[in-house]
Amino acid sequence: MSRLFMFEKPLGMRDTLPGLYETKHKVRHVIGDVMKKWGYQFIETPTLEYYETVGAASAILENQLFKLLDQQGHTLVLRPDMTSPIARVAASKMLKEITPLRLAYSANVYRAQQREGGRPAEFEQIGVECIGDHTISADGEGIALLISSLEESGLKNFQISVGHIGFVKEFFTDILGTEDRVNALTTYLYEKNYVGYREHVKQLPLSSIDKQRLLDFLSLRGGEEVIEAANALLENGKGRNALDNLKQLWETLTDYGQVGDRVKFDLSLVSHMSYYTGILFEVYADQVGFPIASGGRYDHLLSKFGKDTGATGFAIRLDRLIEALGTIEAREPVECILFSAERRKEAYELAFEKRSSGIKVVLQDINGVENLDASTELYEEVTMLVGKAGKESSL
Amino acid sequence: MKEPLTIAMPKGRIFEEAAALLREAGFKLPPEFDDSRKLIIDVEEENFRFILAKPMDVPTYVEHGVADLGIAGKDVMLEEERDVYEVLDLKISQCYLAVAGLPNTKMNDVAPKIATKYPNVASTYFREQGEQVEIIKLNGSIELAPLIGLADRIVDIVSTGRTLVENGLVEYEQIVDITSRLIVNPVSYRMKDKRISELVEKIADVLKQKATV
Repeated sequence: MSRLFMFEKPLGMRDTLPGLYETKHKVRHVIGDVMKKWGYQFIETPTLEYYETVGAASAILENQLFKLLDQQGHTLVLRPDMTSPIARVAASKMLKEITPLRLAYSANVYRAQQREGGRPAEFEQIGVECIGDHTISADGEGIALLISSLEESGLKNFQISVGHIGFVKEFFTDILGTEDRVNALTTYLYEKNYVGYREHVKQLPLSSIDKQRLLDFLSLRGGEEVIEAANALLENGKGRNALDNLKQLWETLTDYGQVGDRVKFDLSLVSHMSYYTGILFEVYADQVGFPIASGGRYDHLLSKFGKDTGATGFAIRLDRLIEALGTIEAREPVECILFSAERRKEAYELAFEKRSSGIKVVLQDINGVENLDASTELYEEVTMLVGKAGKESSL
Repeated sequence: MKEPLTIAMPKGRIFEEAAALLREAGFKLPPEFDDSRKLIIDVEEENFRFILAKPMDVPTYVEHGVADLGIAGKDVMLEEERDVYEVLDLKISQCYLAVAGLPNTKMNDVAPKIATKYPNVASTYFREQGEQVEIIKLNGSIELAPLIGLADRIVDIVSTGRTLVENGLVEYEQIVDITSRLIVNPVSYRMKDKRISELVEKIADVLKQKATV
């Protein structure tokens, strides 16, 4: 490896400078408030977790994990997502007392990037988990809260695609029979390779009716009518349960008054997060090439931590949301008091007064300033308390 | 007003066939389209913006969403592994990826070397064969490598096989068939669903007609 420049950071790590910091802070605050209003409680979990527990339970690919060893020789990971740590906490501590649980978080997660080193390997997610509730109302609440959060943050144009991994599995199993064949076909969906999917289907030893059912599956995208279309593809009822889920979800969201154009079904949607078991969703926004949020139901993850119960949640990627919002906060107005030693006390008193009335004030000894013009330009207002008393001047 | 769509087109070999296909599908592309040196061409009538990119870069533009759609060879898709939807096999620019080398030669037992523009594809292929090889990435004129002793074999696309013959090389194994694909950014696929589906259907219809002729 070539010698590092002193200002270099590890691959994929980023500094957050004042403008972006303020923006992140504000968006985080607005969304956090919405989540709290919906009764979710914020928690924090450690940055480091055991590879064997949380590392294994999370669905992030092995080669994306940052690993290190502790002094006892255990492999640790920098948490690659927040869902698994929260499942761990919930299963071990909190679920004994009350159920269901509504938890929220905003935290950095870590995923090593293989391609193009500049992509963020550390990024903030803000999200919720609703644990111990198996009803569709909980799924609906998740999506409704997600929509509210994004709207409150100021995002205008976005869309949520909703799929159901249970439907994909049951539908494929009904036609294909074995798990191996189901997995082979599902892989094409993961890879978003519809061409490969169609070719694969064509060479399968199936009746032409079944082949057509599999091909038609790819076009199950759109509004409420998709459920009818999907229903028509079913034989002997396998997968109907999942469709009932989706129908209920639609009704739930309609009651929230939040369906509109925002929510679309896309039954070919699958996720790399392999712990999802039911309804799952992704959020897309104008101007950003990647999903800005995702979530879904994960009913078996908790059992890995010894508590068998259902859960659902979502995570918003703060960096991508801010990209979609498209604005960086302008610096909040700050005033400056320039003083010389003679009038120091007066300057301090004036600063104290202004600060207690909520104004942001910088106190600067004039002898510490090399370029007076450049440094006064930074401030909304500059008060000069220099030289003998009584000659106050404002620039 | 139709929603604007940005389409990334590959310069060079595939371009003409791709443009012809779009015209067949009823899109009104200007005549200067074909020999323009511009990198961005706006077709206002259709509200299309075409960007002309290196074939290898088309999936990158589409993955990042600066292009909603693109036309890319399957060879590039295999090499780049970008997170985009591959929605149609356009059946144009047919060729295949193959292993070639000097006739009647064996791979060096000690340090077999493979020269290629497709390091990912080549290393995956030889790993699957259980062979340990050294991959040498070149950016063009791959046929040169075995001739001057840089590599025992090359992995490259073969369409007519003429380049191989002219350079005294023979094909050893075919790896995979290649055609051009229509690819779509996952976000555009949802946000501009209507317009993209319309376009995909039009092209699919042309392909269907061709297949039945």
